[in-house]
Amino acid sequence: MSRHRGAIGWGALAAACVFLLVAPFLFRPYGVFILATWAVMTIAAIGLNLTLGYAGQISLAQAAFVGIGSYITAYLTTRGWPFWPTYVLGGVSCFAVGWLLGYPALRVQHHYLAFVTLAFNTVIYLVFRNEEWLTGGIYGITNVPRPSVLGFSVAKPIPFYYFCLAHLALVSAATWWLLRSPWGRAFIALRENPIRALSLGVDTRRYTLIAFALGAGLGGISGTLYAPLVQFIDPTPFALGLSLNLLLMVVVGGSGYFFGPFLGAVVAVLLPEWTRFAQNYYLMGYAVLVMLLMVFCPSGLFGFADRLLSASTTRSPAEDGTPAQEAAR
Amino acid sequence: MSAVLSVRGLKKSFGGIVAVDDVSFDVHPGEILGIIGPNGSGKSTLFNCVLGQLSPSGGSVELDGREVTGMRPCDLNRLGVSRTFQLLQVFPELSVRENLILAGQEHRGNMLSRLFGRRDAGLGAEADRMIELFRLGHLAHQKAAGLSYGQQKLLDAAMAFMAGPRLVLLDEPAGGVNPTMLVSLRERLKALNTEQRATFVVIEHNMEFVMALCTRIVVLAEGRIIAEGEPEAVRNDPNVVRAYLGH
Repeated sequence: MSRHRGAIGWGALAAACVFLLVAPFLFRPYGVFILATWAVMTIAAIGLNLTLGYAGQISLAQAAFVGIGSYITAYLTTRGWPFWPTYVLGGVSCFAVGWLLGYPALRVQHHYLAFVTLAFNTVIYLVFRNEEWLTGGIYGITNVPRPSVLGFSVAKPIPFYYFCLAHLALVSAATWWLLRSPWGRAFIALRENPIRALSLGVDTRRYTLIAFALGAGLGGISGTLYAPLVQFIDPTPFALGLSLNLLLMVVVGGSGYFFGPFLGAVVAVLLPEWTRFAQNYYLMGYAVLVMLLMVFCPSGLFGFADRLLSASTTRSPAEDGTPAQEAAR
Repeated sequence: MSAVLSVRGLKKSFGGIVAVDDVSFDVHPGEILGIIGPNGSGKSTLFNCVLGQLSPSGGSVELDGREVTGMRPCDLNRLGVSRTFQLLQVFPELSVRENLILAGQEHRGNMLSRLFGRRDAGLGAEADRMIELFRLGHLAHQKAAGLSYGQQKLLDAAMAFMAGPRLVLLDEPAGGVNPTMLVSLRERLKALNTEQRATFVVIEHNMEFVMALCTRIVVLAEGRIIAEGEPEAVRNDPNVVRAYLGH
């Protein structure tokens, strides 16, 4: 029966890939822009899922890292730098800052840690807004150029969408690799029982810092793509609201499920657009939908699907938890 | 024969309460030392001080003659000291096999090799051997959360032996385990002691279990050692009888 579950999973994944590849030809430019936003935000949510879903460390600072990545790319590319060095710099800088932000997590946990990271997000937001000489303040940075890949410009909406999608594919593959390595196992141990993990030789201090740094690094990568996507950045998108939205993506999708952020980002980025037919009521409708989701699927959409499939299949204990099923997580 | 573990004058107080008071003992290679005592006698606190989970207020702990007092549990584990906890401590979302691999992976290679090397960190065969030894074969790929209490207890004990430890400290391994499973657990521990010359320190309330398993016993009461010796001698010691049954 687990083979059956595996087939459903792989079938859904293949269908989603085909859809993502043909989607630009089905939508108008605004639709393509929204899909590219989904891809970019999914990268940031994958980072947060690594920190929160796998390693169990709450962070309300992911928007700050998206912002740092965005500002690095926007500031430098508008001053003549090519995109790729700013891309590397954005990711590496956020990795380093994320590492430093991990230190409080060694002392405080849960809602205390949430407040520490929330404060960090607020500080970074204030830097974006107030340090006008560096960030342009509330006027932001305009005309952020889109990059070229091997001499080919990806400035137009459809090529840029594929550019973002390719990044999402690369980040997904790298994260998949990491989570399948002993590091992934150590992250789960850190989330489930840090005291036992420590007694088994897992250096929980180092893995906590790595989890924060990797999550932040992916936030930075997401930001370096966000700046050329919107081509104008100001501090507003990087306020606490985005951090909460990214948290929503992880939780609604299914915290600790590999594909959770993909589906969570659909809910957070695409669902508000799809409910626009309700005109003035669309945000209220969206909020009600999210509340219902949380009431009926507290473990997120993937957790719900997992439960549903488990309930509909009678499995022998030996079949449970085969590598195929583990791969879906 | 030089001691594997040497505890000297260990003290631990919480405010005005002295939980462990001037405790000294040695553990020799291949030995199974039992630590018994009534509830609240300081057994688990002693374990936690030895293993770096708590900082002792005084005294020292040596491993193979090397001072390890206050060393972090993960560093101590990498030096070959392994443990189980009083309450079950397996990783419910990982399979039985993954739990075992996790228990040994940090002893292999370095951070980079653990990222880019083999997924099972080269521990697949050892995990399978341990699964066979603890008779968990039919559950190897099942999540630990789905195991019965007794099976989880076996897994918990098996995890402690994954990295070929020099010394294993077991905190109430028999607690809550049914009699059939208990015999199985005792046999497995005896086998590991005989075949691998593994050295154990066992905290236990189950007298039958501890008397049958241990070669020497230390008795704690109110944080102090009140008796020490072979199981039969300790069982008949008037101080021990008094500590357990009252005056």
